[in-house]
Amino acid sequence: MESQFDFNWQSAINSIPFLLEGIPYTLLISFGGLFIGFALGIFFGLLSINKLWFLKWPATAYIEIFRGTPILVQVLFIFYGLPDLIGTSINPLTAGIAAIALNSGAYISEVVRGGVQSIDKGQNEAGLSLGLSRTQTFWSIIWPQAFRRMVPPLGNQAIVSIKDTSLFSVIGVGELVRQGQIYIATTFEAFEVYFMVALMYLAITFSLSLILRFIERRGLVSV
Amino acid sequence: MTDIVNMKGMNKYFGELHVLKEIDLTVAKGEVVVVIGASGSGKSTLIRCVNGLEEFESGELTVDGHPLAPRSGNPQSLARIRKEVGMVFQQFNLFPHLTVKKNIMLAPRKVKEASESEASKIADRLLNRVGIASQADKYPSHLSGGQQQRVAIARALAMDPRLMLFDEPTSALDPEMIGEVLDVMRELAKEGMTMMVVTHEMGFAREVADRVIYIHEGRIVEEGKPADVFDNPQNERTQAFLSRVLAH
Repeated sequence: MESQFDFNWQSAINSIPFLLEGIPYTLLISFGGLFIGFALGIFFGLLSINKLWFLKWPATAYIEIFRGTPILVQVLFIFYGLPDLIGTSINPLTAGIAAIALNSGAYISEVVRGGVQSIDKGQNEAGLSLGLSRTQTFWSIIWPQAFRRMVPPLGNQAIVSIKDTSLFSVIGVGELVRQGQIYIATTFEAFEVYFMVALMYLAITFSLSLILRFIERRGLVSV
Repeated sequence: MTDIVNMKGMNKYFGELHVLKEIDLTVAKGEVVVVIGASGSGKSTLIRCVNGLEEFESGELTVDGHPLAPRSGNPQSLARIRKEVGMVFQQFNLFPHLTVKKNIMLAPRKVKEASESEASKIADRLLNRVGIASQADKYPSHLSGGQQQRVAIARALAMDPRLMLFDEPTSALDPEMIGEVLDVMRELAKEGMTMMVVTHEMGFAREVADRVIYIHEGRIVEEGKPADVFDNPQNERTQAFLSRVLAH
């Protein structure tokens, strides 16, 4: 069997300007969502370590729900389901950012919990024995050490979330995959266009990996 | 009121386990009390109760005039006590993300709200005193165990404590580094610091202690001047313990 197919570089290159229009949306949804997700992660992650059940349980419920359901279902629920409840439509961009925020927030909660719990309890005792309050001990001794350990898993989550935004083509937000689909609808060059789409994701995630590796090397002083 | 520590009928449990039994103990100002006993006897737990790192279940404990209630029932007292009582741990527990100097400056800055330059002066003075001024800007992991423990002592001293607790300060050290830490402690004792020391260093106890306390299974079974406890122990458990640890 001989393949009839030739990769058409010209079509691939022609698609670039149109695809690039999707990148700001991909980046906005990813990093906007991750930024809020990080705040949610710190909040719920710290609650989940709390000994008081009425603080711990809601946090655990949030984490389990958003880790235990597919992000595609989450975004469909937010975009198509929630408007029935609140009586007003939600624009696709907001729905996308909300989905990344809530989803990554659940995973980041676990990263925060793990990071904080990995710090030796002697550190806490040393802080308290010096007269620092629990809050002071946490923010000036435990958190800086925990945060350094959290950098690699946070980077991992950022890469996962960037790729997750590709699913949001289903709600019509004009991100990278959606742009690709629109382009293919007129040119039928699926192979070339999706190849370029993949390449663009790789460019984003690989740049991020390089930045993270740099931060890890510079930031992790003997801890 | 010259007692810095006053324990009356103190009991402590870990779940079902009765780890401290009816402890009566006073430590006078300027006194050096060394607590000895087998591992698991409750000696570390005893001094960890003094600054509230462990709660106790019943009895009375007053530290420098501040009464502590059972089950950490008195948070105001506890906060005051922790500002006035320094502690040195077996595993040093230095803050690895801060330089040696910043380790020492942290508590004066956060708790006493000292200015950066005041705290810096305190740190320089103490680093000189424990003989490691040249290491000020290094991170703890770049120091030897003996140096780390001396930094930990300086860190506790930075709060100008009225009482110092030492929880097996030389047990995690290589043998050749034990001396330099004991020297610093000896100096402190000479200068009149009130100290409670849990240790296996019997030579140090004999030389520096004003009083030695032997704990067996959570109970104080012998207490007295070091010469009396070491050379003429009354309780047979103390005799057995000492013959084991002094044999080598």
